[in-house]
Amino acid sequence: MSSSQATPTSGLDAPLYEARKKVQPAAVQGRLRSIKWIVLVVTLGVYYLLPFVRWDRGPHEPSQAVLVELAKSRFYFFFIELWPQDIYVFAGLLILAAFTLFLMNAVAGRVWCGYLCPQTVWTDLFLAVERLIEGDRRDRIKLDAAPWSAEKVVRRATKHVLWLAIAWWTGGAWVLYFADAPTLILDLATFQAPLAAYASIGVLTFTTYALAGWMREQVCTFMCPWPRIQGALTDKHSLAVTYRYDRGEPRGSAKKNSALRAAGELAGDCVDCNQCVVVCPTGVDIREGLQLGCIQCGLCIDACDNVMSKLRRPTALIGYDTDENCQRRSEGLAPQYRIVRARTILYGLLVLGVGLGILAALSMRSFTGLSALHDRNPLHVQLSDGSIRNGYTLRILNKRSYARRFRISVEGLSGARLEIVGVTDGDAIPVESDDTKELRALLFSPRGARPEKSQPILFRIVDVASGESASAHDFFRAP
Amino acid sequence: MLDAAKPVARIDEATGRHTTGHEWDGIEELNNPLPRWWLYILYATIVWSIGYWIVYPAWPLVSDYTRGVFGFSQRAAIIEEMQTVRSQRDAQAQGLAKASLEEVRNNPDMLKLALAIGKAAFGDNCASCHGAGATGQIGYPNLQDDDWLWGGTLADIERTIRYGVRSSHSETRLSEMPAFGGRDGLLKRTEIETVANYVLSLSGKAFDPKLDLADGAKIYAQSCASCHGEKAKGNREVGAPDLTDAIWLYGSKPEQVIATIVGGRKSVMPAWEERLDATTIRSLALYIHSLGGGK
Repeated sequence: MSSSQATPTSGLDAPLYEARKKVQPAAVQGRLRSIKWIVLVVTLGVYYLLPFVRWDRGPHEPSQAVLVELAKSRFYFFFIELWPQDIYVFAGLLILAAFTLFLMNAVAGRVWCGYLCPQTVWTDLFLAVERLIEGDRRDRIKLDAAPWSAEKVVRRATKHVLWLAIAWWTGGAWVLYFADAPTLILDLATFQAPLAAYASIGVLTFTTYALAGWMREQVCTFMCPWPRIQGALTDKHSLAVTYRYDRGEPRGSAKKNSALRAAGELAGDCVDCNQCVVVCPTGVDIREGLQLGCIQCGLCIDACDNVMSKLRRPTALIGYDTDENCQRRSEGLAPQYRIVRARTILYGLLVLGVGLGILAALSMRSFTGLSALHDRNPLHVQLSDGSIRNGYTLRILNKRSYARRFRISVEGLSGARLEIVGVTDGDAIPVESDDTKELRALLFSPRGARPEKSQPILFRIVDVASGESASAHDFFRAP
Repeated sequence: MLDAAKPVARIDEATGRHTTGHEWDGIEELNNPLPRWWLYILYATIVWSIGYWIVYPAWPLVSDYTRGVFGFSQRAAIIEEMQTVRSQRDAQAQGLAKASLEEVRNNPDMLKLALAIGKAAFGDNCASCHGAGATGQIGYPNLQDDDWLWGGTLADIERTIRYGVRSSHSETRLSEMPAFGGRDGLLKRTEIETVANYVLSLSGKAFDPKLDLADGAKIYAQSCASCHGEKAKGNREVGAPDLTDAIWLYGSKPEQVIATIVGGRKSVMPAWEERLDATTIRSLALYIHSLGGGK
């Protein structure tokens, strides 16, 4: 608040549009910083390299472990092959992701924001590049202020070229998930790839460069809805990056505070060195308490711990804690950590339940499918010999990677005769590998059978070779 | 604010922010400036819009509008698109026009196209009488069933569509059921009731046991058998319906059958040759044949 409490001038002179206050975070070393490096390497490694992992699926299918094949509407993920009919698995994964996010929030606040969010990860990478080329905080501030010189041009240009290269490779890696990666790379290099691939790469290059290079913390504070939502998912027992004001205040210089302490007077551990502020990638002062701009990456914890170690004071003046505990300690009570509570148990059970549900659905998924669609108009036709005919559209799904033959039968209608258009009576119907076949079926109820107005029936297909079967419910309609 | 005095801005103590000086009932407005890049995006969109005015039609004038340097017109674009589709279809449809109906039926690609054309043409031209589901209604044949007055082969169906029934075309299908009652006066009322009872019994419908079926059979043999056949199985040469089956075009209630015999039936199907091209008529025949009742 110190900067904004300037001399009171007329507010009418205040700017209508605010120039960005550039944040130049300083480098920091420490435990949490190391964790962030590991997360960065692992997540980016997975993202950039996953398309190159091979998975043999036979001669007709692409041998890529993770592949979204838009033309055939298939999604391959290692041993899992998903069809559009399995959309519920994706829905389940989204629900699972939401509950996991809830659980993470309830336990330790915005862990997602600080460590895992792509915006954080790529910004971190871009900052590392910037630091490599232009130096640390002090050098960069100096370079910003310096007049344009050959050296400044070279440094700036190098930085932007490297940023664009990373952004370009980021966009490039994205399109590799939609086609066989080695083939696509060759096509891209020889300008044979579809226009959509180049367009996607272009868009993602631009967004990565703009968001991670230029926008940085502004994405988190202006553009992202999550901070608003995550605040509502956190309660007073959730861990958050917290300045332990009960221990830090009253703050003062190291010398003054140790003198006060020697005299047996009240003095805090915070020496007001401002290190927690200069390392912050969003430029907030954690000592002002939990705030929207704080993505809780914990770099201020590392910075403060380093200072405390040098001063031979106990570390963790800033740490993962709760406001509640600061309050309790200043009242002389023991801090209370309640990781296991109704909220976390509930979220944990939901995560477990949805996860098990997806696993069960995947493992019990059938490789054979049948769907039946009754003609809407007309519902039934009376034929000249007095029999009644119903029409259906049947669709056989063969999710196996080899061609199969099926026999169709119908149950539930006495004396029924089933006719499949284009199929000689009793012949097995061939369905290509990994394909569907649509058939028109006519079902006859003989004269005098007097079926119900609406009689439930069951179509059944049986794989001639394996005996595997699938069925579909429908109705036989009569006047 | 009533005296329109210049608003007095100050620094808000709680937030340290400037106020705008605007105040309503003691609530003051803080001046929270937008980030400047936001402003630049606004400027960029303004510049973009100017370019758009120049390139595309934009400004309405008194009797016209600015055409834009590209001369773009949505109407022209859609006409062009439709022509492309039409020429693409023509190439495919040429094969349809040349091949025999059986050849089309046995070629999955051609059949698919024919059925698509036929289905659309049916909705436009036929559904008003025969119903969207082609199930007809009293007096308009059900095209889904297997009962065909003039034959249900592809060629029969095509001919019926092409020339119509009792239409103005010289090749039209033509049959005349006499008005046995009033106009032609060929049968007495009781005779008509008796023969109606007889034919209803032939198709297993409810009939009046008080009337003599043997009498009905005699009257049938004299007046009806020449067209409907001795066994009442009908005759497709003259479009005489089968009276022993379960399908009654004009209804199977005794009063409906009596009305048919009394007045005859003269419903008309237009000759579509005058309105539709050959490819569409063939496609219609294939579509109707595919509905399930074709022979």
